[in-house]
Amino acid sequence: MSLDQRSVRTTAADSPDTVRPAVEIAALRKSFDKLEVLRGIDLVVAPHEVVCLIGSSGSGKSTLLRCINLIEPIDSGRILIDGVDITAPKVDVNKIRRRIGIVFQAFNLFPHMSVLDNVTLAPRKVLRTPSGRAAEEATELLARFGLEDKRDEFPDRLSGGQQQRVAIVRALAMRPDLMLLDEITSALDPELVAEVLNVVRELAGAGMTMIIATHEMGFARDIADRVGFLDAGRILEQGPPDRIFTEPTEVRTRQFLDRVIAAGRM
Amino acid sequence: MAGAISGGPGDSGLLIGLPGGGGRYGRERGSGALRSTLVAFVSTVVFLGVVALLVVNAPGWPAVQESFLNGRVFADSLPLIVRAFWVNVQLFLVSEVLILGFGLVIAVLRSLPGSVLFPIRLIATVYVDVFRALPGILIIYVLGFGIPGLGVTGVSKFVFAILALTLIYSAYVSEVYRAGINSIHPSQDAAARSLGLSRLQSMRHVVLPQAVRRVIPPLLNDFIGLQKDTVLVSYIGVVEIFRQAQIRQSASFNFTPYIVVALVFLLFTIPLARLTDVLVTRDQRRRATTAR
Ligand SMILES: Nc1ncnc2c1ncn2[C@@H]1O[C@H](COP(=O)(O)OP(=O)(O)OP(=O)(O)O)[C@@H](O)[C@H]1O
Ligand SMILES: [Mg+2]
Repeated sequence: MSLDQRSVRTTAADSPDTVRPAVEIAALRKSFDKLEVLRGIDLVVAPHEVVCLIGSSGSGKSTLLRCINLIEPIDSGRILIDGVDITAPKVDVNKIRRRIGIVFQAFNLFPHMSVLDNVTLAPRKVLRTPSGRAAEEATELLARFGLEDKRDEFPDRLSGGQQQRVAIVRALAMRPDLMLLDEITSALDPELVAEVLNVVRELAGAGMTMIIATHEMGFARDIADRVGFLDAGRILEQGPPDRIFTEPTEVRTRQFLDRVIAAGRM
Repeated sequence: MAGAISGGPGDSGLLIGLPGGGGRYGRERGSGALRSTLVAFVSTVVFLGVVALLVVNAPGWPAVQESFLNGRVFADSLPLIVRAFWVNVQLFLVSEVLILGFGLVIAVLRSLPGSVLFPIRLIATVYVDVFRALPGILIIYVLGFGIPGLGVTGVSKFVFAILALTLIYSAYVSEVYRAGINSIHPSQDAAARSLGLSRLQSMRHVVLPQAVRRVIPPLLNDFIGLQKDTVLVSYIGVVEIFRQAQIRQSASFNFTPYIVVALVFLLFTIPLARLTDVLVTRDQRRRATTAR
Protein backbone atom coordinates (compact mmCIF):
# COMPACT_ATOMS: atom_id res chain seq x y z
CA MET A 1 0.00 0.00 0.00
CA SER A 2 1.53 3.30 -0.96
CA LEU A 3 1.31 6.36 1.20
CA ASP A 4 -0.72 8.35 -1.26
CA GLN A 5 -3.51 5.82 -1.41
CA ARG A 6 -4.17 6.27 2.24
CA SER A 7 -5.46 9.77 2.06
CA VAL A 8 -8.70 8.99 3.80
CA ARG A 9 -8.15 9.51 7.45
CA THR A 10 -9.94 7.58 10.13
CA THR A 11 -9.35 8.13 13.80
CA ALA A 12 -10.24 6.06 16.79
CA ALA A 13 -13.06 8.43 17.49
CA ASP A 14 -14.63 7.92 14.08
CA SER A 15 -14.99 4.19 14.33
CA PRO A 16 -14.22 2.90 17.79
CA ASP A 17 -14.86 -0.81 17.46
CA THR A 18 -15.15 -1.71 13.81
CA VAL A 19 -11.55 -1.27 12.67
CA ARG A 20 -8.84 -3.63 13.79
CA PRO A 21 -6.27 -1.59 15.73
CA ALA A 22 -2.92 -0.98 14.06
CA VAL A 23 -1.22 -1.41 17.40
CA GLU A 24 -2.54 -2.96 20.56
CA ILE A 25 -0.38 -3.03 23.64
CA ALA A 26 -1.56 -4.75 26.78
CA ALA A 27 0.06 -4.88 30.23
CA LEU A 28 3.52 -4.32 28.83
CA ARG A 29 6.29 -4.49 31.38
CA LYS A 30 9.98 -3.94 30.93
CA SER A 31 12.85 -3.55 33.38
CA PHE A 32 16.55 -2.97 33.06
CA ASP A 33 18.06 -5.05 35.86
CA LYS A 34 16.28 -3.76 38.97
CA LEU A 35 14.89 -0.61 37.35
CA GLU A 36 11.31 -1.15 36.22
CA VAL A 37 10.90 1.29 33.33
CA LEU A 38 7.53 0.23 31.93
CA ARG A 39 5.01 -0.90 34.55
CA GLY A 40 2.01 -2.05 32.64
CA ILE A 41 1.44 -0.06 29.46
CA ASP A 42 -1.95 -0.31 27.75
CA LEU A 43 -2.23 1.52 24.46
CA VAL A 44 -4.41 1.06 21.39
CA VAL A 45 -3.63 2.88 18.15
CA ALA A 46 -6.10 2.87 15.28
CA PRO A 47 -4.98 2.74 11.64
CA HIS A 48 -3.93 6.20 10.38
CA GLU A 49 -3.98 7.55 13.90
CA VAL A 50 -1.19 9.80 15.20
CA VAL A 51 -0.44 9.32 18.88
CA CYS A 52 2.00 11.60 20.66
CA LEU A 53 3.70 10.43 23.84
CA ILE A 54 4.73 13.13 26.24
CA GLY A 55 6.28 12.88 29.68
CA SER A 56 9.36 13.87 31.59
CA SER A 57 12.80 12.60 30.78
CA GLY A 58 13.25 9.02 31.91
CA SER A 59 9.52 8.28 31.96
CA GLY A 60 10.06 5.48 29.42
CA LYS A 61 8.98 6.95 26.07
CA SER A 62 12.02 5.73 24.17
CA THR A 63 11.93 2.36 25.85
CA LEU A 64 8.28 1.90 24.85
CA LEU A 65 9.01 2.68 21.20
CA ARG A 66 12.03 0.37 21.21
CA CYS A 67 9.88 -2.41 22.66
CA ILE A 68 7.27 -1.98 19.93
CA ASN A 69 10.02 -2.43 17.37
CA LEU A 70 11.42 -5.39 19.32
CA ILE A 71 14.81 -3.75 19.65
CA GLU A 72 14.33 -4.25 23.37
CA PRO A 73 13.01 -7.61 24.56
CA ILE A 74 10.01 -7.23 26.85
CA ASP A 75 9.46 -8.90 30.22
CA SER A 76 5.73 -9.49 30.02
CA GLY A 77 2.57 -8.31 28.31
CA ARG A 78 1.55 -8.41 24.67
CA ILE A 79 2.06 -6.28 21.59
CA LEU A 80 -0.21 -6.85 18.60
CA ILE A 81 0.55 -5.22 15.29
CA ASP A 82 -2.36 -5.41 12.89
CA GLY A 83 -3.79 -8.20 15.02
CA VAL A 84 -0.59 -10.28 15.00
CA ASP A 85 1.05 -10.95 18.35
CA ILE A 86 4.66 -9.98 17.74
CA THR A 87 5.69 -11.03 21.21
CA ALA A 88 4.78 -14.65 20.55
CA PRO A 89 7.79 -16.94 20.84
CA LYS A 90 8.17 -18.00 17.23
CA VAL A 91 7.57 -14.82 15.24
CA ASP A 92 10.07 -13.76 12.60
CA VAL A 93 11.48 -10.61 14.14
CA ASN A 94 13.02 -9.37 10.89
CA LYS A 95 9.73 -9.67 9.07
CA ILE A 96 7.91 -7.62 11.70
CA ARG A 97 10.54 -4.90 11.77
CA ARG A 98 10.13 -4.38 8.03
CA ARG A 99 6.60 -3.14 8.60
CA ILE A 100 7.59 -0.78 11.40
CA GLY A 101 9.79 2.19 10.65
CA ILE A 102 11.64 3.80 13.53
CA VAL A 103 13.58 7.05 13.56
CA PHE A 104 15.78 7.86 16.50
CA GLN A 105 16.86 11.04 18.20
CA ALA A 106 20.43 10.60 16.99
CA PHE A 107 20.27 10.25 13.25
CA ASN A 108 22.12 6.94 13.02
CA LEU A 109 22.70 7.20 9.31
CA PHE A 110 25.36 4.82 8.04
CA PRO A 111 28.41 7.08 7.70
CA HIS A 112 30.22 4.89 5.17
CA MET A 113 27.40 5.04 2.61
CA SER A 114 25.98 7.76 0.41
CA VAL A 115 22.48 9.05 1.10
CA LEU A 116 21.16 6.89 -1.73
CA ASP A 117 22.81 3.75 -0.38
CA ASN A 118 21.52 4.53 3.11
CA VAL A 119 18.01 4.61 1.72
CA THR A 120 18.25 1.62 -0.64
CA LEU A 121 20.22 -0.76 1.59
CA ALA A 122 17.22 -2.33 3.32
CA PRO A 123 14.99 -2.51 0.21
CA ARG A 124 17.82 -4.19 -1.70
CA LYS A 125 18.95 -6.61 1.01
CA VAL A 126 15.70 -7.30 2.82
CA LEU A 127 12.98 -6.90 0.19
CA ARG A 128 15.32 -7.99 -2.64
CA THR A 129 14.26 -5.05 -4.78
CA PRO A 130 16.57 -4.83 -7.82
CA SER A 131 19.07 -1.99 -7.30
CA GLY A 132 17.80 -0.04 -10.29
CA ARG A 133 14.27 0.05 -9.04
CA ALA A 134 15.32 0.64 -5.44
CA ALA A 135 17.34 3.65 -6.60
CA GLU A 136 14.41 5.01 -8.59
CA GLU A 137 12.04 4.67 -5.66
CA ALA A 138 14.57 6.19 -3.29
CA THR A 139 15.17 9.13 -5.61
CA GLU A 140 11.44 9.73 -5.76
CA LEU A 141 11.11 9.68 -1.97
CA LEU A 142 14.13 11.94 -1.55
CA ALA A 143 12.64 14.39 -4.02
CA ARG A 144 9.39 14.40 -2.12
CA PHE A 145 11.23 15.60 0.97
CA GLY A 146 13.43 18.10 -0.84
CA LEU A 147 16.57 16.00 -0.74
CA GLU A 148 17.07 15.11 -4.41
CA ASP A 149 20.32 17.09 -4.68
CA LYS A 150 21.76 15.27 -1.64
CA ARG A 151 21.37 11.83 -3.21
CA ASP A 152 25.08 11.20 -3.65
CA GLU A 153 26.40 13.04 -0.61
CA PHE A 154 27.74 11.28 2.45
CA PRO A 155 25.92 11.86 5.76
CA ASP A 156 28.71 13.92 7.34
CA ARG A 157 28.22 16.56 4.64
CA LEU A 158 24.56 17.14 5.54
CA SER A 159 23.06 19.43 8.14
CA GLY A 160 21.34 17.87 11.13
CA GLY A 161 17.92 18.58 9.68
CA GLN A 162 18.86 17.03 6.35
CA GLN A 163 20.30 13.98 8.09
CA GLN A 164 17.13 13.53 10.07
CA ARG A 165 15.01 13.83 6.93
CA VAL A 166 17.19 11.20 5.25
CA ALA A 167 16.65 8.97 8.28
CA ILE A 168 12.89 9.38 7.83
CA VAL A 169 13.15 8.63 4.11
CA ARG A 170 15.28 5.59 4.87
CA ALA A 171 12.54 4.23 7.14
CA LEU A 172 9.83 5.08 4.59
CA ALA A 173 11.68 3.24 1.82
CA MET A 174 10.61 -0.01 3.47
CA ARG A 175 6.98 1.07 3.00
CA PRO A 176 6.13 0.58 6.68
CA ASP A 177 2.58 0.43 7.99
CA LEU A 178 3.62 2.11 11.21
CA MET A 179 6.21 4.77 12.01
CA LEU A 180 7.76 5.28 15.42
CA LEU A 181 9.47 8.62 15.89
CA ASP A 182 11.58 9.10 18.98
CA GLU A 183 12.26 12.75 19.72
CA ILE A 184 13.50 13.24 16.23
CA THR A 185 14.02 16.98 16.61
CA SER A 186 15.64 17.17 20.02
CA ALA A 187 19.20 16.94 18.66
CA LEU A 188 18.57 19.70 16.13
CA ASP A 189 19.29 23.40 16.20
CA PRO A 190 16.02 25.34 16.62
CA GLU A 191 16.03 26.68 13.05
CA LEU A 192 16.19 23.13 11.69
CA VAL A 193 13.28 21.78 13.70
CA ALA A 194 10.56 23.12 11.43
CA GLU A 195 11.78 21.40 8.24
CA VAL A 196 11.72 18.04 9.99
CA LEU A 197 8.35 18.59 11.64
CA ASN A 198 6.90 19.56 8.27
CA VAL A 199 7.95 16.18 6.94
CA VAL A 200 6.09 14.53 9.80
CA ARG A 201 3.02 16.68 9.10
CA GLU A 202 3.07 15.56 5.51
CA LEU A 203 3.25 11.92 6.62
CA ALA A 204 0.32 12.43 8.96
CA GLY A 205 -1.60 14.06 6.14
CA ALA A 206 -0.92 11.04 3.95
CA GLY A 207 -2.46 8.81 6.60
CA MET A 208 0.61 7.19 8.12
CA THR A 209 -0.01 5.56 11.49
CA MET A 210 2.49 7.04 13.90
CA ILE A 211 3.54 6.94 17.51
CA ILE A 212 5.65 9.97 18.27
CA ALA A 213 7.63 10.64 21.43
CA THR A 214 8.23 14.36 21.64
CA HIS A 215 9.12 17.30 23.82
CA GLU A 216 7.64 19.73 21.28
CA MET A 217 4.28 20.37 22.91
CA GLY A 218 3.10 22.82 20.27
CA PHE A 219 3.79 20.23 17.61
CA ALA A 220 2.07 17.48 19.58
CA ARG A 221 -0.97 19.62 20.05
CA ASP A 222 -1.03 20.44 16.38
CA ILE A 223 -0.47 17.01 14.87
CA ALA A 224 -1.74 14.43 17.36
CA ASP A 225 -5.12 12.74 17.21
CA ARG A 226 -4.41 11.63 20.74
CA VAL A 227 -1.85 12.51 23.37
CA GLY A 228 -0.66 10.07 26.01
CA PHE A 229 1.08 11.28 29.15
CA LEU A 230 3.69 8.80 30.33
CA ASP A 231 4.61 8.93 33.97
CA ALA A 232 6.77 6.49 35.90
CA GLY A 233 6.26 3.71 33.37
CA ARG A 234 2.50 4.05 32.96
CA ILE A 235 0.26 5.96 30.60
CA LEU A 236 -1.31 8.05 33.28
CA GLU A 237 -3.70 9.95 31.08
CA GLN A 238 -4.61 10.04 27.43
CA GLY A 239 -7.05 11.88 25.23
CA PRO A 240 -7.44 14.46 22.48
CA PRO A 241 -4.70 17.11 22.58
CA ASP A 242 -7.08 19.95 23.33
CA ARG A 243 -8.32 18.31 26.48
CA ILE A 244 -4.91 17.07 27.71
CA PHE A 245 -3.23 20.41 27.19
CA THR A 246 -6.02 22.62 28.56
CA GLU A 247 -7.81 20.59 31.21
CA PRO A 248 -5.81 17.52 32.26
CA THR A 249 -7.55 15.49 34.93
CA GLU A 250 -4.41 14.18 36.61
CA VAL A 251 -2.38 16.35 38.95
CA ARG A 252 0.88 14.92 37.61
CA THR A 253 -0.03 15.83 34.05
CA ARG A 254 -0.82 19.39 35.14
CA GLN A 255 2.49 19.59 37.02
CA PHE A 256 4.37 18.32 34.00
CA LEU A 257 2.70 20.82 31.67
CA ASP A 258 3.34 23.64 34.12
CA ARG A 259 7.03 22.72 34.14
CA VAL A 260 7.08 22.65 30.36
CA ILE A 261 5.43 26.04 30.16
CA ALA A 262 7.83 27.44 32.75
CA ALA A 263 10.73 26.14 30.62
CA GLY A 264 9.29 28.02 27.66
CA ARG A 265 8.74 24.95 25.55
CA MET A 266 5.10 25.57 24.79
CA MET B 1 78.83 12.87 38.80
CA ALA B 2 76.86 15.22 40.99
CA GLY B 3 77.50 18.02 38.51
CA ALA B 4 76.23 15.96 35.60
CA ILE B 5 72.99 15.18 37.36
CA SER B 6 72.17 18.58 38.77
CA GLY B 7 73.28 20.36 35.62
CA GLY B 8 75.68 23.27 35.33
CA PRO B 9 75.08 26.87 34.30
CA GLY B 10 75.59 25.89 30.64
CA ASP B 11 72.32 23.93 30.58
CA SER B 12 69.98 26.75 29.70
CA GLY B 13 72.12 27.75 26.73
CA LEU B 14 72.08 24.19 25.43
CA LEU B 15 68.29 23.89 25.74
CA ILE B 16 67.64 26.79 23.39
CA GLY B 17 69.58 24.98 20.71
CA LEU B 18 67.58 21.76 21.01
CA PRO B 19 64.76 20.96 18.55
CA GLY B 20 61.62 22.65 19.70
CA GLY B 21 63.51 25.20 21.76
CA GLY B 22 62.70 27.86 19.17
CA GLY B 23 58.97 27.32 19.72
CA ARG B 24 59.08 29.68 22.65
CA TYR B 25 59.24 32.58 20.24
CA GLY B 26 56.34 32.19 17.87
CA ARG B 27 57.46 34.80 15.33
CA GLU B 28 60.88 33.20 14.92
CA ARG B 29 59.50 29.78 14.15
CA GLY B 30 60.94 29.57 10.63
CA SER B 31 64.57 30.18 11.54
CA GLY B 32 64.12 28.24 14.79
CA ALA B 33 62.98 25.15 12.89
CA LEU B 34 65.93 25.41 10.50
CA ARG B 35 68.35 25.73 13.38
CA SER B 36 66.78 22.75 15.15
CA THR B 37 67.14 20.60 12.06
CA LEU B 38 70.75 21.68 11.64
CA VAL B 39 71.56 20.94 15.25
CA ALA B 40 69.84 17.55 15.04
CA PHE B 41 71.75 16.70 11.87
CA VAL B 42 75.16 17.72 13.21
CA SER B 43 74.65 15.94 16.52
CA THR B 44 73.56 12.75 14.73
CA VAL B 45 76.62 12.79 12.46
CA VAL B 46 78.93 13.43 15.39
CA PHE B 47 77.32 10.69 17.45
CA LEU B 48 77.49 8.08 14.69
CA GLY B 49 81.05 9.12 13.87
CA VAL B 50 82.14 8.62 17.46
CA VAL B 51 80.46 5.22 17.64
CA ALA B 52 82.03 4.15 14.34
CA LEU B 53 85.48 5.27 15.47
CA LEU B 54 85.12 3.39 18.74
CA VAL B 55 84.01 0.20 16.99
CA VAL B 56 86.63 0.29 14.24
CA ASN B 57 89.41 0.95 16.73
CA ALA B 58 88.31 -1.79 19.11
CA PRO B 59 90.92 -4.57 19.41
CA GLY B 60 88.56 -7.25 18.04
CA TRP B 61 87.40 -5.25 14.99
CA PRO B 62 89.53 -6.91 12.26
CA ALA B 63 88.25 -10.32 13.33
CA VAL B 64 84.65 -9.13 13.39
CA GLN B 65 85.03 -7.49 10.03
CA GLU B 66 86.39 -10.70 8.58
CA SER B 67 83.57 -12.90 9.89
CA PHE B 68 80.57 -10.54 9.50
CA LEU B 69 81.41 -8.16 6.69
CA ASN B 70 83.31 -10.31 4.27
CA GLY B 71 82.88 -8.87 0.77
CA ARG B 72 83.50 -12.13 -1.08
CA VAL B 73 81.07 -14.14 1.04
CA PHE B 74 78.58 -11.30 0.65
CA ALA B 75 78.74 -11.45 -3.14
CA ASP B 76 78.59 -15.25 -3.20
CA SER B 77 75.63 -15.62 -0.87
CA LEU B 78 73.55 -12.66 -2.03
CA PRO B 79 71.84 -14.29 -5.06
CA LEU B 80 71.05 -17.50 -3.17
CA ILE B 81 69.69 -15.63 -0.19
CA VAL B 82 67.57 -13.29 -2.27
CA ARG B 83 66.16 -16.30 -4.13
CA ALA B 84 65.39 -17.99 -0.79
CA PHE B 85 63.63 -14.81 0.31
CA TRP B 86 61.10 -15.41 -2.44
CA VAL B 87 59.93 -18.37 -0.34
CA ASN B 88 59.36 -15.98 2.58
CA VAL B 89 57.43 -13.65 0.32
CA GLN B 90 55.22 -16.52 -0.81
CA LEU B 91 54.72 -17.68 2.78
CA PHE B 92 53.84 -14.14 3.74
CA LEU B 93 51.44 -13.45 0.90
CA VAL B 94 49.55 -16.74 1.05
CA SER B 95 49.20 -16.76 4.82
CA GLU B 96 48.28 -13.08 4.88
CA VAL B 97 45.25 -13.73 2.66
CA LEU B 98 44.25 -16.74 4.73
CA ILE B 99 44.73 -14.86 8.00
CA LEU B 100 42.61 -11.92 6.86
CA GLY B 101 39.77 -14.32 6.01
CA PHE B 102 40.06 -16.74 8.91
CA GLY B 103 40.63 -14.01 11.50
CA LEU B 104 37.51 -12.25 10.26
CA VAL B 105 35.41 -15.40 10.50
CA ILE B 106 36.58 -15.99 14.07
CA ALA B 107 35.90 -12.37 15.03
CA VAL B 108 32.39 -12.42 13.54
CA LEU B 109 31.56 -15.74 15.21
CA ARG B 110 32.65 -14.35 18.56
CA SER B 111 30.69 -11.15 18.07
CA LEU B 112 27.34 -12.70 17.16
CA PRO B 113 24.98 -13.05 20.10
CA GLY B 114 22.45 -15.80 20.62
CA SER B 115 22.48 -18.99 22.62
CA VAL B 116 22.33 -21.23 19.55
CA LEU B 117 25.81 -20.11 18.60
CA PHE B 118 27.21 -20.66 22.08
CA PRO B 119 29.19 -23.84 21.29
CA ILE B 120 30.74 -22.21 18.22
CA ARG B 121 31.57 -19.12 20.22
CA LEU B 122 33.17 -21.28 22.88
CA ILE B 123 35.36 -23.10 20.36
CA ALA B 124 36.41 -19.82 18.77
CA THR B 125 37.28 -18.35 22.17
CA VAL B 126 39.31 -21.38 23.21
CA TYR B 127 41.16 -21.31 19.88
CA VAL B 128 42.09 -17.64 20.29
CA ASP B 129 43.18 -18.10 23.90
CA VAL B 130 45.29 -21.17 23.18
CA PHE B 131 47.03 -19.85 20.09
CA ARG B 132 47.81 -16.54 21.69
CA ALA B 133 49.17 -18.23 24.79
CA LEU B 134 51.55 -20.64 23.07
CA PRO B 135 54.90 -19.53 21.66
CA GLY B 136 54.71 -19.51 17.87
CA ILE B 137 57.75 -21.71 17.45
CA LEU B 138 56.06 -24.41 19.52
CA ILE B 139 53.03 -24.45 17.23
CA ILE B 140 55.28 -24.61 14.19
CA TYR B 141 57.13 -27.58 15.69
CA VAL B 142 53.98 -29.42 16.68
CA LEU B 143 52.38 -28.97 13.28
CA GLY B 144 55.54 -29.47 11.23
CA PHE B 145 56.69 -32.62 12.98
CA GLY B 146 53.51 -33.80 14.67
CA ILE B 147 51.17 -34.11 11.70
CA PRO B 148 53.67 -35.98 9.49
CA GLY B 149 54.35 -38.13 12.57
CA LEU B 150 50.68 -39.11 12.58
CA GLY B 151 51.27 -40.71 9.23
CA VAL B 152 50.09 -37.90 6.99
CA THR B 153 52.47 -38.02 4.06
CA GLY B 154 52.84 -36.34 0.73
CA VAL B 155 52.12 -32.88 2.08
CA SER B 156 54.95 -30.43 1.65
CA LYS B 157 56.58 -28.59 4.54
CA PHE B 158 55.47 -25.40 2.87
CA VAL B 159 51.84 -26.29 3.50
CA PHE B 160 52.48 -26.95 7.20
CA ALA B 161 54.35 -23.70 7.42
CA ILE B 162 51.40 -21.80 5.93
CA LEU B 163 49.00 -23.64 8.22
CA ALA B 164 51.04 -22.84 11.32
CA LEU B 165 51.49 -19.15 10.46
CA THR B 166 47.80 -18.82 9.63
CA LEU B 167 46.69 -20.40 12.88
CA ILE B 168 49.10 -18.33 14.97
CA TYR B 169 48.34 -14.99 13.38
CA SER B 170 44.59 -15.44 12.88
CA ALA B 171 44.23 -15.57 16.65
CA TYR B 172 45.81 -12.12 16.96
CA VAL B 173 44.13 -10.68 13.91
CA SER B 174 40.69 -11.83 15.04
CA GLU B 175 41.19 -9.83 18.22
CA VAL B 176 42.08 -6.76 16.17
CA TYR B 177 38.92 -7.20 14.11
CA ARG B 178 36.88 -7.72 17.25
CA ALA B 179 38.16 -4.51 18.78
CA GLY B 180 37.07 -2.79 15.57
CA ILE B 181 33.62 -4.36 15.67
CA ASN B 182 33.19 -3.36 19.32
CA SER B 183 34.22 0.20 18.51
CA ILE B 184 31.20 0.69 16.25
CA HIS B 185 28.41 2.24 18.28
CA PRO B 186 25.53 -0.20 18.96
CA SER B 187 23.10 2.37 17.53
CA GLN B 188 24.44 1.53 14.06
CA ASP B 189 23.45 -2.09 14.47
CA ALA B 190 20.13 -1.06 16.02
CA ALA B 191 19.40 1.20 13.04
CA ALA B 192 20.19 -1.59 10.59
CA ARG B 193 18.16 -4.15 12.51
CA SER B 194 15.22 -1.79 12.81
CA LEU B 195 15.13 -1.65 9.02
CA GLY B 196 14.67 -5.40 8.93
CA LEU B 197 18.24 -6.47 8.23
CA SER B 198 19.22 -9.72 9.89
CA ARG B 199 22.11 -9.93 12.34
CA LEU B 200 24.42 -11.17 9.62
CA GLN B 201 23.27 -8.58 7.11
CA SER B 202 23.78 -5.81 9.64
CA MET B 203 27.24 -7.19 10.38
CA ARG B 204 28.12 -7.55 6.72
CA HIS B 205 26.79 -4.24 5.36
CA VAL B 206 26.86 -1.84 8.29
CA VAL B 207 29.20 -2.88 11.09
CA LEU B 208 32.10 -4.60 9.31
CA PRO B 209 32.78 -2.01 6.60
CA GLN B 210 33.20 0.63 9.31
CA ALA B 211 35.09 -1.66 11.68
CA VAL B 212 37.59 -2.89 9.09
CA ARG B 213 38.40 0.64 7.97
CA ARG B 214 39.25 1.50 11.55
CA VAL B 215 41.61 -1.41 12.12
CA ILE B 216 43.70 -1.22 8.97
CA PRO B 217 46.67 0.37 10.79
CA PRO B 218 46.84 -2.22 13.58
CA LEU B 219 46.38 -4.98 10.98
CA LEU B 220 49.36 -3.68 9.02
CA ASN B 221 51.30 -3.69 12.25
CA ASP B 222 50.56 -7.37 12.74
CA PHE B 223 51.71 -8.03 9.20
CA ILE B 224 55.09 -6.50 9.92
CA GLY B 225 55.36 -9.13 12.63
CA LEU B 226 54.24 -11.85 10.24
CA GLN B 227 56.85 -10.83 7.68
CA LYS B 228 59.59 -11.38 10.20
CA ASP B 229 58.10 -14.52 11.71
CA THR B 230 58.20 -16.30 8.36
CA VAL B 231 61.81 -17.19 9.29
CA LEU B 232 60.50 -19.34 12.16
CA VAL B 233 59.42 -22.04 9.73
CA SER B 234 63.09 -22.66 8.94
CA TYR B 235 62.99 -24.84 12.05
CA ILE B 236 60.81 -27.43 10.36
CA GLY B 237 63.09 -27.55 7.36
CA VAL B 238 61.56 -25.12 4.90
CA VAL B 239 64.48 -23.67 2.96
CA GLU B 240 63.68 -19.99 3.22
CA ILE B 241 65.95 -17.02 3.74
CA PHE B 242 67.19 -17.84 7.23
CA ARG B 243 67.73 -21.51 6.48
CA GLN B 244 69.64 -20.58 3.34
CA ALA B 245 71.81 -18.19 5.37
CA GLN B 246 72.57 -20.98 7.82
CA ILE B 247 73.60 -23.20 4.93
CA ARG B 248 75.85 -20.51 3.48
CA GLN B 249 77.30 -19.82 6.89
CA SER B 250 78.31 -23.40 7.52
CA ALA B 251 79.72 -23.67 3.99
CA SER B 252 81.85 -20.55 4.31
CA PHE B 253 82.54 -20.56 8.07
CA ASN B 254 81.50 -16.93 7.93
CA PHE B 255 78.59 -14.96 9.40
CA THR B 256 78.23 -12.46 6.56
CA PRO B 257 75.14 -14.27 5.13
CA TYR B 258 73.21 -13.19 8.25
CA ILE B 259 74.09 -9.58 7.52
CA VAL B 260 72.62 -10.10 4.06
CA VAL B 261 69.45 -11.44 5.63
CA ALA B 262 69.28 -8.43 7.91
CA LEU B 263 69.62 -6.03 4.98
CA VAL B 264 66.91 -7.80 3.00
CA PHE B 265 64.49 -7.56 5.91
CA LEU B 266 65.29 -3.92 6.51
CA LEU B 267 64.62 -3.10 2.87
CA PHE B 268 61.38 -5.03 2.90
CA THR B 269 59.95 -4.15 6.31
CA ILE B 270 60.77 -0.50 6.81
CA PRO B 271 58.59 0.73 3.93
CA LEU B 272 55.64 -1.19 5.36
CA ALA B 273 56.32 0.26 8.80
CA ARG B 274 56.43 3.78 7.35
CA LEU B 275 53.17 3.17 5.46
CA THR B 276 51.56 2.02 8.70
CA ASP B 277 52.71 5.17 10.48
CA VAL B 278 51.31 7.36 7.72
CA LEU B 279 47.96 5.58 7.89
CA VAL B 280 47.84 5.80 11.68
CA THR B 281 48.55 9.53 11.62
CA ARG B 282 45.96 10.15 8.92
CA ASP B 283 43.42 8.08 10.84
CA GLN B 284 44.04 10.00 14.06
CA ARG B 285 43.74 13.32 12.27
CA ARG B 286 40.48 12.26 10.64
CA ARG B 287 39.04 11.10 13.94
CA ALA B 288 40.06 14.34 15.62
CA THR B 289 38.19 16.37 13.00
CA THR B 290 35.04 14.25 12.89
CA ALA B 291 34.72 13.91 16.66
CA ARG B 292 31.65 15.73 17.88
N1 LIG C 1 19.67 0.12 27.88
C1 LIG C 1 19.34 0.57 29.10
N2 LIG C 1 19.91 0.03 30.19
C2 LIG C 1 19.59 0.47 31.43
N3 LIG C 1 18.70 1.44 31.68
C3 LIG C 1 18.10 2.02 30.64
C4 LIG C 1 18.40 1.63 29.29
N4 LIG C 1 17.64 2.38 28.46
C5 LIG C 1 16.93 3.20 29.24
N5 LIG C 1 17.19 2.98 30.55
C6 LIG C 1 16.56 3.68 31.67
O1 LIG C 1 15.19 3.59 31.52
C7 LIG C 1 14.55 4.79 31.93
C8 LIG C 1 13.66 5.29 30.81
O2 LIG C 1 14.46 5.66 29.71
P1 LIG C 1 13.86 6.20 28.35
O3 LIG C 1 15.00 6.47 27.46
O4 LIG C 1 12.82 5.27 27.88
O5 LIG C 1 13.21 7.56 28.83
P2 LIG C 1 12.57 8.70 27.94
O6 LIG C 1 11.18 8.91 28.42
O7 LIG C 1 12.75 8.39 26.51
O8 LIG C 1 13.46 9.94 28.35
P3 LIG C 1 13.94 11.16 27.43
O9 LIG C 1 12.79 12.09 27.37
O10 LIG C 1 15.08 11.74 28.20
O11 LIG C 1 14.33 10.61 26.12
C9 LIG C 1 15.66 5.75 32.30
O12 LIG C 1 15.76 5.78 33.70
C10 LIG C 1 16.88 5.16 31.68
O13 LIG C 1 17.99 5.43 32.46
MG1 LIG D 1 13.92 9.21 24.92
